Amino acid sequence: MAGGPDAAAMFAALGDPTRLAVVNRLALGEAQSISRLTEGTPLTRQAMTKHLKVLEGVGLLRQIKVGRESRFALDPAPLADLTAYLELVSRQWDDALDRLRNFVEEQP
Amino acid sequence: MSDRIEKTVELKAPVARVWRALTDYQAFGAWFGVKLDGPFKPGEESTGHITYPGYEHLRWHAVVTVMEPERRFAFTWHPYAIDPEYDYSPETPTLVEFTLEPVGAGTRLVIVESGFDKLPAHRRDKAFRMNESGWAEQGENIAKYLDDAS
Repeated sequence: MAGGPDAAAMFAALGDPTRLAVVNRLALGEAQSISRLTEGTPLTRQAMTKHLKVLEGVGLLRQIKVGRESRFALDPAPLADLTAYLELVSRQWDDALDRLRNFVEEQP
Repeated sequence: MSDRIEKTVELKAPVARVWRALTDYQAFGAWFGVKLDGPFKPGEESTGHITYPGYEHLRWHAVVTVMEPERRFAFTWHPYAIDPEYDYSPETPTLVEFTLEPVGAGTRLVIVESGFDKLPAHRRDKAFRMNESGWAEQGENIAKYLDDAS
């Protein structure tokens, strides 16, 4: 992750319902054009482009050329890093809670 | 995508006992694995050093934000601050909140740690490097537990 996007930017990028919906949609695996991603949303093409730029900026999206069309695909690698970190801290709490349980439940 | 960790456990112990285990500095130290320099006081820093095996070289540093008897205890700290050479103080700390609620004769305890969205990327790198030794240690813990149980 050296030189990569930081956690704050990543969480900010995902902390928006439109962008989260885009990530969910692309998580199905198929690269999609801006037109297709805008379909069924109240957003203009310009507004969608801004959201896609934010996601691209943190490394979550890649652009792929298909003929003359530009499509966006999800790159889940940065998400995996973030999840792994939270899991690490989470496991430490599980361990600490086990010790707390022993401490309070085994007292006379 | 969440920037918080939330844990809920039901403990077979009355609220008063769980409250004491969380907020009495010696009791907290016993299960958490830290030797604290003095009692927790709202609005004040808490210092000490970690006694948990493998982490004895680390300092404990937190700031108590809330002590609402038998209900809520909270502090801010720097999570996974595992490098003694690194100065964590410029980073925005995370908030750890313990909420207690009586359930029958026992206690429901909810722990929420929030604010990971403020953490810089290189902190995650450090965490990963330490991860391997962390796992080795978990293995030893399990072995010790099985020894004690037999």
